[in-house]
Amino acid sequence: MKGPRTVMPVLDAVVRRTNFDEVACGYTLEDAQLEASRCLDCKNPRCIAACPVAINIPKFIGELIEGNLDQAYFTIYDDNVLPSICGRVCPQEKQCEGACIVGIKGEPVSIGALERFLGDYSLENDVLEKRTIIDNGIKVGIVGSGPAGLANAAEMRKKGYSVDIFEALHDFGGVLKYGIPDFRLPKDIVTTEVNRLKDMGVKFHKNVVIGKSITIDQLLNEEGYQSLFLGSGAGLPSPLGVPGENLSGIYYANEFLTRVNLMKSHKFPESATPVKIGQRVAVVGGGNVAMDAARTAKRLGAKEVFILYRRDMESLPARLEEIHHAIEEDIDFRLTLNPVEFIGENYRLKQVRCEIMELGERDKSGRRRPMPTGTYKTFEIDSCVISIGQKPNPILKESEADLEVDKWGRIVTDNHQTSIPGVFAGGDVVSGAATVILAMGAGKDASVEMDKYIKSKQSE
Amino acid sequence: MYKILEKKVLNIDVDLMVVEAPLVARNALPGHFIILRVDELGERIPLTIVDIDGQNVSIIYQKLGYSTSLLGELKVGDEILDFVGPLGKPAHIHDVKTVLGIAGGVGAAPLLPQLKEYAARGIKVDLVIGARNKDYIILLDKYEEICENIYIATDDGSLGTKGFVTTVLTELYKTKKYDQTIAIGPLVMMKFVVAMNKKYNVPTDVSLNPIMIDGTGMCGNCRVTIDGKTFFACIDGPDFPGEGVDFDELIARQDYYSEEEHICNLKLVKK
Ligand SMILES: Cc1cc2nc3c(=O)[nH]c(=O)nc-3n(C[C@H](O)[C@H](O)[C@H](O)COP(=O)(O)OP(=O)(O)OC[C@H]3O[C@@H](n4cnc5c(N)ncnc54)[C@H](O)[C@@H]3O)c2cc1C
Ligand SMILES: Cc1cc2nc3c(=O)[nH]c(=O)nc-3n(C[C@H](O)[C@H](O)[C@H](O)COP(=O)(O)OP(=O)(O)OC[C@H]3O[C@@H](n4cnc5c(N)ncnc54)[C@H](O)[C@@H]3O)c2cc1C
Ligand code: SF4
Ligand code: SF4
Ligand code: FES
Repeated sequence: MKGPRTVMPVLDAVVRRTNFDEVACGYTLEDAQLEASRCLDCKNPRCIAACPVAINIPKFIGELIEGNLDQAYFTIYDDNVLPSICGRVCPQEKQCEGACIVGIKGEPVSIGALERFLGDYSLENDVLEKRTIIDNGIKVGIVGSGPAGLANAAEMRKKGYSVDIFEALHDFGGVLKYGIPDFRLPKDIVTTEVNRLKDMGVKFHKNVVIGKSITIDQLLNEEGYQSLFLGSGAGLPSPLGVPGENLSGIYYANEFLTRVNLMKSHKFPESATPVKIGQRVAVVGGGNVAMDAARTAKRLGAKEVFILYRRDMESLPARLEEIHHAIEEDIDFRLTLNPVEFIGENYRLKQVRCEIMELGERDKSGRRRPMPTGTYKTFEIDSCVISIGQKPNPILKESEADLEVDKWGRIVTDNHQTSIPGVFAGGDVVSGAATVILAMGAGKDASVEMDKYIKSKQSE
Repeated sequence: MYKILEKKVLNIDVDLMVVEAPLVARNALPGHFIILRVDELGERIPLTIVDIDGQNVSIIYQKLGYSTSLLGELKVGDEILDFVGPLGKPAHIHDVKTVLGIAGGVGAAPLLPQLKEYAARGIKVDLVIGARNKDYIILLDKYEEICENIYIATDDGSLGTKGFVTTVLTELYKTKKYDQTIAIGPLVMMKFVVAMNKKYNVPTDVSLNPIMIDGTGMCGNCRVTIDGKTFFACIDGPDFPGEGVDFDELIARQDYYSEEEHICNLKLVKK
């Protein structure tokens, strides 16, 4: 059996509650090599199969042990153009690390932390693969600059296409910029990764809402784009659907997190967009978004921040590391509670009333199903952040009747191809809210289909 | 960057700006709006598209607080950092014979493109326009080109009837009937106009102005309750039939950040 994991240093839990600095500090080279030495270099590596983009994990780990850091980075980059990001935010325990053989009897190899180390090494030392791109002059367009769009852009550019990314907001990165907070993913890392794509020749256009500023039809038929990739994400918040949900003081997580991450409201009034959270904050939900919202509220100075979740602790869908960090930061978990009503005074939130749940049989997801009990509990609160899920916004569909979507507004695809010829899609807009690496995988796979489509059209 | 090509002072608080923004102009229709950001630490603020001319977009803004005042400091030749649109759904242009526009204050700006569209379709349009005093009545010359009758109200009686737009409406409805009205102005004004029109059985379209951030349906800040159901003003509106709107809730939501807006204004004074 292998020894314990090499621990990554973290900021002190009391200090970090007052700032937005990154919590996990990263490995030194010695740490990384020590951790890498725990890998058994399996003949049939289970970790690779569990990584959605199939990074050759034992190969990069071996190169890291040998001190060949540039090559180790290139090995990752072949399959994943955003290692610094995925190393930080992948739910590794459910993917690569969850499958690692060392994890059967002990703790799995910290694959994510090693990937992050190499990604950061390349950013800090400006290590880039020298690759000559032979321009083919063929225009392709990408809608949305989240991980799906970025991964698609990188692949299409490598193949020589002239790539334009259109982003509705004033900054690039999608959820990586407006959703995931700085203390988990510093924004300059996202900016640096975006700049690398710019250096490769990908053209970025902000403030362009496809379907409004210009339509899919206009891009294809008036502007000469040969193929499009839709990576517009799942940004539209899902409501709880309970009385009082529009009282002032109730935020959807997107609004709350966008105010802080994209609009920098924690620097108000230097930054002109305010955010107001009060002293007692309830966060509804148990995923990454809920953890981010709760930990952000704490950093804005709230005294009492608690999670309201309708199942138990073991069912929380958030990344394990985020749950641990939230507990350390004094976030209270109030479990088996389901909000049923918000109560206000003069339209301002005062209380949330919750039904106490009981856990029944395990459902399809393997988690115990929450059942209503008919008994209730009420909490006094100043604000509430609803973080229970998202679906795609209706803008693309409304502007393009031919674009087929399902009843949740998700774009229907067949091998990444949408119902409109030449138009491909991937990421959250197809899957519903999922993960960064799945979105990137979809963007990458779609690039293969786009390339095939364009070539077959040209040989016609 | 979006270049300011023209700037006109309409009154001490209100300016018109023509901005070069080809991708906003390309598909814009009456009722659409834009969201702009003046500088790197600026707020995203929504403003209605008042006119389109080739690649250029006109906006009219009232210097109400920090961000609109910052915008007002820009001059011809300066550039606005971010300017995105057209956002929202275009206004519903009903198939009717007579329309009455009801404008309060700077609401006269967003109303203009809608009334113009009705007039262009050969529909008879009248206007009731109200403001604090005569200096705040804007765009009269533009409205004179398209309206048959214009009725003015000022709080202090310095022009037209002394009183509110509702004062004028009470008189007007004694002799006239309209198929459709469109009311745009402060929320309280729209609330009272809708209540009054209900009594006279006249439908009222309103243009709602909740606080917005992205304008693409992402944040949910702009939500409004209409007939007990939730709508996002940026993607479902901003134009809605006024009858079912929960104005009191919306007024509270619009007011939620008033203390912070005050802090921002102090920053202006210091500057
Ligand atoms: C708070 C939060 C925390 C998360 N934490 C994690 C985590 O720890 N680990 C993890 O793996 N996943 C996490 N996720 C999920 C992950 O971020 C998403 O699955 C991923 O970002 C989806 O990528 P995407 O490219 O499909 O879409 P997005 O990242 O949503 O990007 C879509 C982009 O398209 C733009 N857009 C939308 N419509 C248009 C249009 N009409 N025209 C032009 N542009 C448009 C949007 O503005 C946006 O920038 C988290 C999500 C949130 C919200
Ligand atoms: C669809 C739409 C169209 C609009 N069209 C026009 C127009 O054509 N001309 C015009 O003068 N005004 C218009 N407005 C209102 C304009 O957006 C606000 O006056 C402006 O944002 C005020 O910002 P401020 O910082 O100057 O003032 P602040 O002091 O911040 O606020 C003054 C008032 O504006 C509201 N407000 C603040 N921030 C926002 C925001 N981000 N979004 C919306 N409202 C906000 C506040 O609730 C407050 O009542 C429109 C609003 C919407 C939603
Ligand atoms: S991309 Fe994610 S799943 Fe794949 S190896 Fe890296 S951390 Fe693991
Ligand atoms: S499964 Fe674990 S031990 Fe085996 S190669 Fe992958 S990381 Fe190394
Ligand atoms: S402004 Fe964000 S959803 Fe409407």
